[in-house]
Amino acid sequence: MKILKNAVAGTLESSDLFIQIEPDDTELVLEIDSVVANQYMDAIRGAVLETLKEFDVSTGKIFIKDKGALDCVIRARMETALKRGGVEKE
Amino acid sequence: MLFLPGNTPNMLINGDTLGADTAIFDLEDAVSPDEKDAARILVRNALKYQDFSGCEVVVRINPTDTEFWKKDLDAVIPLKPDMIMPTKVSGGGMIREVSAYIGQVEERSGIEKGSVKILPLIETALGVEKAFDIASSDGRVAGLFLGGEDFTADMHCKRTKEGQEIFYARTRLVCAARACGIEAYDTPFTDVEDMEGLRTDTEFAKSLGFAGKAVISPRHVDIVNEVFSPTEAEIEYAHDVMDAIEEGKRQGKGVISLRGKMIDAPIVKRARQVLEMEQAIYGGGCR
Amino acid sequence: MSKLMGTIREAIEKAGLKDGMTISFHHHMRNGDYVLNMVLEEAAAMGIRDLTINASSIFDIHEPLIEHIKNGVVTQIECNYMGGRVGKAISQGIMEKPVIFRTHGGRAGDMERGASRIDIAFLAAPCADPMGNLSGKYGPSACGSLGYAFSDAMYAKKVVAVTDHLVPYPLQDASIDEGYVDYVVQTEQIGDPARIVSGTTKITRDPVGLRIAGLAAQVVKHSGYLKNGFSFQTGAGGASLAVAKYVEEMMEKDHIKGSFCMGGITGYMVDMANKGFFDTILDVQCFDLKAIESIRENPKHREISAMRYASPAAKSAAVDSLDVVILGATQVDLDFNVNVHTDSNGYIMGGSGGHSDTAAGSKLAIIVAPLIRARLPLIVDRVLCKSTPGETVDVIVTQRGIAVNPRQKELRDRLIKAGLPVRDIRELKKMAEEIAGVPRPVEMGDKVVAQVLYRDGTLLDTIKNVAEI
Repeated sequence: MKILKNAVAGTLESSDLFIQIEPDDTELVLEIDSVVANQYMDAIRGAVLETLKEFDVSTGKIFIKDKGALDCVIRARMETALKRGGVEKE
Repeated sequence: MLFLPGNTPNMLINGDTLGADTAIFDLEDAVSPDEKDAARILVRNALKYQDFSGCEVVVRINPTDTEFWKKDLDAVIPLKPDMIMPTKVSGGGMIREVSAYIGQVEERSGIEKGSVKILPLIETALGVEKAFDIASSDGRVAGLFLGGEDFTADMHCKRTKEGQEIFYARTRLVCAARACGIEAYDTPFTDVEDMEGLRTDTEFAKSLGFAGKAVISPRHVDIVNEVFSPTEAEIEYAHDVMDAIEEGKRQGKGVISLRGKMIDAPIVKRARQVLEMEQAIYGGGCR
Repeated sequence: MSKLMGTIREAIEKAGLKDGMTISFHHHMRNGDYVLNMVLEEAAAMGIRDLTINASSIFDIHEPLIEHIKNGVVTQIECNYMGGRVGKAISQGIMEKPVIFRTHGGRAGDMERGASRIDIAFLAAPCADPMGNLSGKYGPSACGSLGYAFSDAMYAKKVVAVTDHLVPYPLQDASIDEGYVDYVVQTEQIGDPARIVSGTTKITRDPVGLRIAGLAAQVVKHSGYLKNGFSFQTGAGGASLAVAKYVEEMMEKDHIKGSFCMGGITGYMVDMANKGFFDTILDVQCFDLKAIESIRENPKHREISAMRYASPAAKSAAVDSLDVVILGATQVDLDFNVNVHTDSNGYIMGGSGGHSDTAAGSKLAIIVAPLIRARLPLIVDRVLCKSTPGETVDVIVTQRGIAVNPRQKELRDRLIKAGLPVRDIRELKKMAEEIAGVPRPVEMGDKVVAQVLYRDGTLLDTIKNVAEI
């Protein structure tokens, strides 16, 4: 599956994150800015990549501003963004 | 019973810590139309990954005349919330429709049929008049819930702190619920600052027979719990009643008396209720 | 004789400011303070270098300090609290000498003992007369209490008062009297009133904060201290203030009359005293307009110095008579040590203030904080900075449970008996990590950027620089 259009999800409130996604046919661009980067960057990246895998998305641009969201929130916002971007689960 | 906005991560994550016996995750009024999808997924994930075992979970879904309610159920039913709260319920038909769809999702996701209960939110004049019809419409209905704000709007009257305007709705709802052997829950008190008003309103609701009351602020939780909790004296008396019955059984007495008063069936029933409440409130719950 | 100087520069010259001296400031102008910046700007213009700044607190408004540090005008800072702007620069290692952090009581005590010497104190004075009688209660930049300025006035070799509200001699209701003051400078404005105090201080609306406050109030209730004669201190933060509200409700219900409330004072504490819940307000600092009005007009509302508040060098201080204090924390460790100096990444963004003074003096020190704050667990194996020693901390209250210091066994039993959710601190830590995941430990650099002195002047901990990733 591919991201078909630009989409956003989430907020910049504490414990949430804001995601912007854009289509890209050739590569995966993942930029994560997090207030808890020192402590949790691996976990955040993991949650994002797993959600992409679940939706079988391997290319696209993803920009994330994380305000200390838990994994389940990251997954929820990613799923929302992808669905809004035209990605449907198989 | 505490309402929590469905699209606010910080509230959902902490929903079980705020002292209420029941957390109501709201997908309806607290969520704007263009965030319905986001809230639905967020609530689903919160239920999936967070441990809410210390707390009863209710999900308030969108009205059945919107495009959202089936998607809401698709998302949350597989995670077995304790109850679903349909809104603006105005008759038994609506409940049967929701129940049937819950059944489909239960079956699809391999959950025992009937495990998710329904707590209808009654908030229209028609709904109040059909309270018994709603209460008796389906085996899933576990209680009736009064929504005073929308109800008074529908009645073209002003919602006041004294609540004279919802007196009829309250008594009718409690009576319909009790007639079907289920619970009735009272509408929230909406002035967050007025603790005395909250206490008076809650005491009044309890006196009418409500089993609980919704709150929109965590600051209201303690007072509502306190009012609905049996007092120490009541608990002690209930224990004495049960002890006396045990003692009577051992001695083979037919008629048992306590403190010079005969213990009859209603007294035993009341004592059992008090002890159940003691168990629910002090023996676990959200804390 | 005339103490009146035309400009700050003239006062600096008269007072004899030279390279290498220590100059001091109080922080009653808080984040609206102009005086520290004005004095340093003038000193820099005069070519003076190698100054030590001893300020009771450094706020974000003092950001120009960073340039003065880089230019060598300022080579050392001593303070009790440092806001995040300057704190971040310090944590990045811009300064050779480490910052010296004290407590509010410790700063006053060290001056009293002569362990901390001030060459010139520059005192922002919201109201002054030409002979240097000073008050914080009047004038456009009124701040109320001048509590933290007393020790500077008494122990600095030279004292310069800077005012924007000069009144004819004598200022009737002076807090600091002329006997201590060498020079008086009138300037247009000593601070930005909007940032000196808040209009009104409000109780938090955050449900988690309220829950924590509710539990903390239950701890107070069942601690045994909530009885006639009860004394209490709480911060101005939303959650701390909410504790006061719940405590008030309990006092009202049980007809309890307290003796005094103390600390940074808010309108909320003023109301509690006015309703008769406390006989006396001991005020070292005012946080809002209502507190200022009250300290001006209400005889029960007493201004106290930092020495009277918390000095360990004094024969006694008010903290020694305090029953219960409510405090915050950014991190707590398994030994109950509390960090209020750095954030979770190790950047300086706070300081003890009166934290460890009141924890040490009070009978019951309660920390209120969310178990998880933006994913970061409150409880860690080792705090990045030991601001307040665990021996003086009694209870940690979070929304998911209460940890009681094992030293307080009797209290623990009382709270359990009352049905409160008492947990082992390890259990709370585990609970948080199950929800948020285990955080990767933060690696600090090798350079010491700050020394944290305990209230008695001994070294409690050091803060290292933050290694940039």
